[in-house]
Amino acid sequence: MEWEVVIGLETHTQLRTNTKIFSGASIKYGAEPNTQACEVSIALPGVLPVLNKEAVQCAIKFGLAINAHIAPRSVFARKNYFYPDLPKGYQISQFELPVVGKGAVTIQVPAVGKNSAYEKVVNITRAHLEEDAGKSVHGAVEGMSGIDLNRAGTPLLEIVTEPDMRSAAEAVAYAKKLHELVQWIGICDGNMQEGSFRCDVNVSVRPKGTEKLGTRREIKNLNSFKFMTQAIEYETRWQIETLEDGGTIQQATVLFNPDTGETRSMRSKEEANDYRYFPDPDLLPLVISEADKDAVRATMPELPEAMKARFEAEYALSSYDSNALTTSRDLANYFVATVDAGADAKQSANWVMGILAAKLNAADTSIIDSPINAQQLAQLLRRIGDNTISNNAAKQVFEALWNAEGSVDDIIAAKGLKQESDSGAIEAIIDEVLAANAAMVDEFKAGKEKAFNALVGQAMKASKGKANPAQVNDILKKKLS
Amino acid sequence: MMNSSPINLSLSQLGEMLQAKKISSVELTQTFLDRIQQYNPSINAYIALDEGKTLAQAKAADARIAAGNTAPLTGIPIAQKDIFCAKGWQTTCGSKMLANFIAPYDAHIITQFDAAGAVNLGKTNMDEFAMGSSNETSYFGGVKNPWSFDRVPGGSSGGSAAAVAARLCAAATGTDTGGSIRQPASLCGFTGLKPTYGAVSRFGMIAFASSLDQAGPMAKSAEDCALMMNVMAGFDERDSTSLNREKEDYTRDLNLPLQGLKVGLPKEYFAEGLDASVGKVIEAAIAEYKKLGAEIVDISLPNTGLSIPVYYVLAPAEASSNLSRYDGVRYGHRAAEYTDLMDMYNKSRAEGFGAEVKRRILIGTYVLSAGYYDAYYLKAQQIRRLIAQDFVEAFKKCDVIMGPAAPSTAFKAGEKVDDPVAMYLQDIYTISTNLAGLPGMSIPAGFAQSDDGVSLPVGLQIIGNYFDEARMLNVAHQYQQVTDWHERMPELVLPKEVK
Amino acid sequence: MALSIEDIKKVAHLARIEVSESDAAATLTKLTGILGLIEQMQAVDTTGIEPMSHSQDLSQRLRDDIVTKTNLRDEFQKNAPALGNGSTEPAVAGGLYLVPKVIE
Repeated sequence: MEWEVVIGLETHTQLRTNTKIFSGASIKYGAEPNTQACEVSIALPGVLPVLNKEAVQCAIKFGLAINAHIAPRSVFARKNYFYPDLPKGYQISQFELPVVGKGAVTIQVPAVGKNSAYEKVVNITRAHLEEDAGKSVHGAVEGMSGIDLNRAGTPLLEIVTEPDMRSAAEAVAYAKKLHELVQWIGICDGNMQEGSFRCDVNVSVRPKGTEKLGTRREIKNLNSFKFMTQAIEYETRWQIETLEDGGTIQQATVLFNPDTGETRSMRSKEEANDYRYFPDPDLLPLVISEADKDAVRATMPELPEAMKARFEAEYALSSYDSNALTTSRDLANYFVATVDAGADAKQSANWVMGILAAKLNAADTSIIDSPINAQQLAQLLRRIGDNTISNNAAKQVFEALWNAEGSVDDIIAAKGLKQESDSGAIEAIIDEVLAANAAMVDEFKAGKEKAFNALVGQAMKASKGKANPAQVNDILKKKLS
Repeated sequence: MMNSSPINLSLSQLGEMLQAKKISSVELTQTFLDRIQQYNPSINAYIALDEGKTLAQAKAADARIAAGNTAPLTGIPIAQKDIFCAKGWQTTCGSKMLANFIAPYDAHIITQFDAAGAVNLGKTNMDEFAMGSSNETSYFGGVKNPWSFDRVPGGSSGGSAAAVAARLCAAATGTDTGGSIRQPASLCGFTGLKPTYGAVSRFGMIAFASSLDQAGPMAKSAEDCALMMNVMAGFDERDSTSLNREKEDYTRDLNLPLQGLKVGLPKEYFAEGLDASVGKVIEAAIAEYKKLGAEIVDISLPNTGLSIPVYYVLAPAEASSNLSRYDGVRYGHRAAEYTDLMDMYNKSRAEGFGAEVKRRILIGTYVLSAGYYDAYYLKAQQIRRLIAQDFVEAFKKCDVIMGPAAPSTAFKAGEKVDDPVAMYLQDIYTISTNLAGLPGMSIPAGFAQSDDGVSLPVGLQIIGNYFDEARMLNVAHQYQQVTDWHERMPELVLPKEVK
Repeated sequence: MALSIEDIKKVAHLARIEVSESDAAATLTKLTGILGLIEQMQAVDTTGIEPMSHSQDLSQRLRDDIVTKTNLRDEFQKNAPALGNGSTEPAVAGGLYLVPKVIE
């Protein structure tokens, strides 16, 4: 039987605020245990929550970015369960009325093997505001767990998709797209190591061609795309094998173990979950007006989709190039700055995504930390455009710029890379070459095209590589005709 | 030092004496501390006393008075219900769970009283987590009604009630989730006000049922309550349900005449279930209001009977969640012996909470649990709206509503302790105002003879429309100008000088 | 909806309150009485009535995103319970609250 995997994601994005969602305690990462756990964070008797304005604005930004319905009235609810990292014994979340409703994200699924790349729309079910829990630390005291509540109350936006994805590649493409988007609109720092972007992946399988969803298992807390791929692939195989062996799938929460590459069912926490959601009486309904949305919209950067369309229209870039340049806001900004500094758009696109990207990748550096800034790259590209240097020479200049050896023009001068564009001088060189290689000229005239290239080569050699190759071509053609 | 005892003086009289330096705050405070020492062992109104802290505040108040930097309550000793966190004070909420909890911060109202220069006399006894109508669920023991020591003072603010009635403080604070200020005010014979929900910040007030809890004053007279409200009420940005309204002077209307006041009498408040002796006192009080120029209007609050079932869904549901934080992890009671995390939770909570609190947690958990939410919680919220709408209709016909605050006078300790349903019916006349979020008060209206021949106080309830506290206080004050029920003091605790 | 001993045990477990067999029976009697009181609600037709969560029809106020809290850990941890199981030491170490091992 052929199987189909069905995947939906729930992503917890930590919002980029200064303070917690319901109190004025800092959310800075890495503080000493419980030093950022205020009376609200540790749930002292009598404390009350007050909602952080910035967290709400982040939610609105996200809603606008995915063209979602933003609820004019949403409600905070309590999700009740006992766990030592949950100090109130309930998590304040949103249940029946989330702040962000249905929306959509378009993803580009890269080519894998013989399958070519394609675009796909992933539907977003909802996104809701909630508070994070604290952390349990093991090993500090023998046989005990230590509870650190610094993270308790950190604002999260939980983004839930429809079960729209059909492969690990699609799921990862979605996760990457979302990861870029939340950073693009500035609501999340995207730091996966620190847990700022965590994915829970719901996986089920069904016979291909059937409609009914299979029983799903939820893989919790994946914080790397590599693990996500491994976990989904393992889980899918496991479920198919289980079913093919005549077994059944039980709904479960599972954890992925990166060391073994396997998923396993969690032992505690879930049992018979009965969260007893009810509206939090300490909080009033969150009301968002059209004016509130407009105010947030005014602060939003141009979104990747819009920018992509603009690149195609304004710079005549291909859809592929425009898409690639808008995978991250920093990359797009770098590209635009290069063009704004006077470089040719197509050439800028090629260099930014080609040589520069490769170099950054090899050096494990991000584009905002690039040793060559957009102005320098633009100057380099302008020197190609005005025939000062050849493409080959430009690569040498690029290396020197990377190593901070000076300005573009200084490097060209210092390395003597300026190309010869004086047609008189080139003519003189060509005349010499023709005189010295009469045999080749004869061969060319006899119809051997190859001889022409050999003559170009000789001319370039005679100019010590500095002659403008295009000019050499033109003049040589004229002389031989 | 004056010759006669200042314990029966009003807050404004005490304020005048303090400011005229006829008495110092330290002297006044010491007078009450002495009375507490004398009577508290039998009445058990206070859970926590700290003479050092209290007298230091009194000294500071005297310094403020000397510097001329005074507010109306500067130097006046106030008892605080042990539901309010007060920094450095043991704050137990009447529970073993918090028996060793020292609050590391101040509730909003504590901050307000401190800023006014009032003196914190101590923390008063209460039903555990404010769940009770007789103060018998307190981990720290029951409280005696100063009018009859074998009777209960009502609850849950029973300690504050007994303290006000026995003159063990100048005034006190209470909280009212279903009647916890008004019912004890009725049973102990003094004036208590539950303000409009949101008028007094809940920050630092230990939660029972968040959508119903409201703090208010418990004092000898309406005028005293108005002065207390001036300190307690006001916007607080730390409570999302705090009403952002301009600060008001609750004494401003005290002296307005009542000519033309429309008093609504809901027929449901005078039906079966009301003690005939209590009914008689209420009727006499209504007659007095007629003399003051009030016009009586018959009204109906048809859903009154449903207020108790609705309340016993909503309040326990909220409480079951509010009390989940008491898990023995960060503060509060942790079992001495446990095998694992689950065992620690189960034992700590089983040991830390008393029977009534556990019952309400279980009921609340049950009504919220999967499969029952719609039939109980949602249904109760819908009926809550019907109950609130009854009042909207009623206030189209009248300015204030009057009736009994409690169906009977103080009952004997132990009488209802094993019958939660009978106990819950104590709040039949008070709960619906909590559900609607309306202000309500109870004022002394006379005495009724018990079966065993004891004369016990009866309270008249006055219910106002939203934000009408000043009007209600006016209505109460005018009555107190022509009656002296509010000045009566229990024989059992009369000081020697005035005996 | 008649309550059973099993219901009591299930709810007690959800609420993390240990209930002995004899307690469960006594609790059942009392809770059945309270539920009887509550059942009166079922006679009311509430079709189309908007549930009421708050007495005032207001919306949530928003707080500026400014750090206002300072580190009061040591103050707060003075209230830590005793560790238990033979130890009267406070259940904290290195700033962490200590609980029996959490198993995932």
